[in-house]
Amino acid sequence: MIAQILFLIVLAAAIYLFSKNVKTIRRNILLGKDTDRSDNPTLRWKTMAKVALGQSKMVKRPFAALLHLFVYIGFVIINIEVLEILIDGLFGTHRVFSGFLGGLYGLLIGSFEVLAISVLLSCVVFLCRRNIAHLKRFTGIEMTSWPKSDANYILITEILLMTAFLTMNAADHKLQLLNFGHYIQAGSFPVSNFLNPLLPDSANALEMIERGCWWFHIIGILAFLNYLPYSKHFHILLAFPNTYYSNLNPKGKFTNMASVTTEVKAMLDPSFVPETTGEPGRFGAKDVTDLTWKNLMEAYTCTECGRCTSVCPANITGKLLSPRKIMMDTRDRITEMGNNIDKNGADFKDDKSLLDHYISREELWACTSCNACTEACPVNINPLEIITEMRRYIVMEESQAPASLNNMFGNVENNGAPWKYSPADRFNWANEV
Amino acid sequence: MSELHIPTMAEMAAAGNEPDILFWVGCAGSFDERAQKITRDICKILQHTGISYAVLGTEESCTGDPAKRAGNEFLFQMQAMTNIQVLNGYNIKKIVTGCPHCFNTIKNEYAGLGGNYEVIHHTQLIQQLIDEGKLKAEGGESFKGKKITYHDPCYLGRANGVYEAPRKALEILDTELVEMKRCKTNGLCCGAGGAQMFKEPEKGNKDINVERVEEAIGTDAKVIAAGCPFCMTMLRDGVKHFEKEQEIQVLDIAEITARANGL
Repeated sequence: MIAQILFLIVLAAAIYLFSKNVKTIRRNILLGKDTDRSDNPTLRWKTMAKVALGQSKMVKRPFAALLHLFVYIGFVIINIEVLEILIDGLFGTHRVFSGFLGGLYGLLIGSFEVLAISVLLSCVVFLCRRNIAHLKRFTGIEMTSWPKSDANYILITEILLMTAFLTMNAADHKLQLLNFGHYIQAGSFPVSNFLNPLLPDSANALEMIERGCWWFHIIGILAFLNYLPYSKHFHILLAFPNTYYSNLNPKGKFTNMASVTTEVKAMLDPSFVPETTGEPGRFGAKDVTDLTWKNLMEAYTCTECGRCTSVCPANITGKLLSPRKIMMDTRDRITEMGNNIDKNGADFKDDKSLLDHYISREELWACTSCNACTEACPVNINPLEIITEMRRYIVMEESQAPASLNNMFGNVENNGAPWKYSPADRFNWANEV
Repeated sequence: MSELHIPTMAEMAAAGNEPDILFWVGCAGSFDERAQKITRDICKILQHTGISYAVLGTEESCTGDPAKRAGNEFLFQMQAMTNIQVLNGYNIKKIVTGCPHCFNTIKNEYAGLGGNYEVIHHTQLIQQLIDEGKLKAEGGESFKGKKITYHDPCYLGRANGVYEAPRKALEILDTELVEMKRCKTNGLCCGAGGAQMFKEPEKGNKDINVERVEEAIGTDAKVIAAGCPFCMTMLRDGVKHFEKEQEIQVLDIAEITARANGL
């Protein structure tokens, strides 16, 4: 009974904390500007099913995709086991599903075990790729100590959870064989079987191990749940809404700024009366609140895998730009702003901004807008949109474009071509036929 | 073929005619010496296949693409709206462009500003003409068995999903099409996009076009096929960097098609 009450308290606390943190992230995301992504729900569901659920963009790197698939399927399916653990914990039952699943239960537990070991081994390989093989994709200026540790914490936690799960099963199995207490004959243990020789033979010791692992496993899961909002691992949740709200336009189509359209129309046609304009907003983005909520959702969705950066032509050739850094900086900045609001109220403004304090102009001007990053992202994140918005701010609010680009602007404006040629000569090519 | 005559919209309109398709030449195609050759080859293909077309001539102006990618939305929309006025004034319905940047901008970004046209890139037109049997590979230079690699322009490929049309134009010539490792959706940019064409690259340890041409050289191809005047410039500079001008040609799909047909 005490165990049940304790379990209830732990579970309630975990759920309360998690929902509080999720609310904060939701609030932060909605600090972004509005953008309409409510069109074409059918295609959106399809995109989500294909890209997030079906992991279609992962396959470009087959080895990583396979390992990720093990962890992903393991995570999703082992959650059925977590459901049983929750019911057992709350009602003081033991392996409650075995009662009404009968023979199927053995199959279920057996397949959980196979999945658990494949998750465990995949995580070991992932750890080796990061810490021993030092894959280039996991390095870079943005991969400072926290992102590196974050990745390792996630992998180690998953290894520990799976180890606890398998050890628990092994102890349970041994207790079943001893016909001890409430340890009914249930389940099959194709993997944890191999742990049996490592465990003691005393029933009391086994029970302690079984209970210890049971508690470690479930508390571990609840703790991990509460780690998610602080971690890149949040992608396991946000990947779904993020792909649902994907950009459905051709990648080359950049937004036309409506505020600019109004002004240009007024310039070209003096009789044009603009519709009621809202607040005179800023052109482009200086800070994260100038970006859309979708840009900010993407920042929280990014799991820092670095596929974007590894295909970025600027990054490949040694430039400062890294699309992954653009997303990480955006998340760091919006988190900082959210923390400021929590501490000092909604009107608080610090003297920082995404531009310059996080993302430098050199990074922004290195982009070729080639869309390699958006193509590579397994969850349809678009760093290019943030880069473009920030360029717009630099050019239209600050007039601080590089001098050569200002020359180009002047040529387009005066000569109708980016080079200094006379518009009257534009058709001269036909004379040389 | 008969002498090349390049009709303008003004001339057509004066005669009370409307062409089936407008050929949007683009700034590079109009002013850049190397790209001018491609422009003329596109005209030759249009005339050869008997398509009713015209160009805007001096009435054409920059689409605003480089301004937009660089963040100057004002200048872009000024250009766009002025161009749309001209295009709508001539009642244009269909456009073929010689440049993927013009293609992308007019196709995707003009619609929201009142310019609704069917827009195709010249490699798509060539593919259509091949499919319709109007273009064959006869009467000209033979590319049979020649090793050619095709560089996907970002604004044609990833930006708009056009990967097959240019390849089809090469396949009909019985060339040996060798792909670079980074091709199609994984294609590597030439380094000119996003207004980089008009500025010095940021600090780095290599130029992007050098990285790309290195990869092209690795395929052992004798021709690097392009579909974009900016890629053309970047790839040619890259070939020069490796002093391979004698061994490797950089040719536009339109040039290859025109040569194969003896135009």
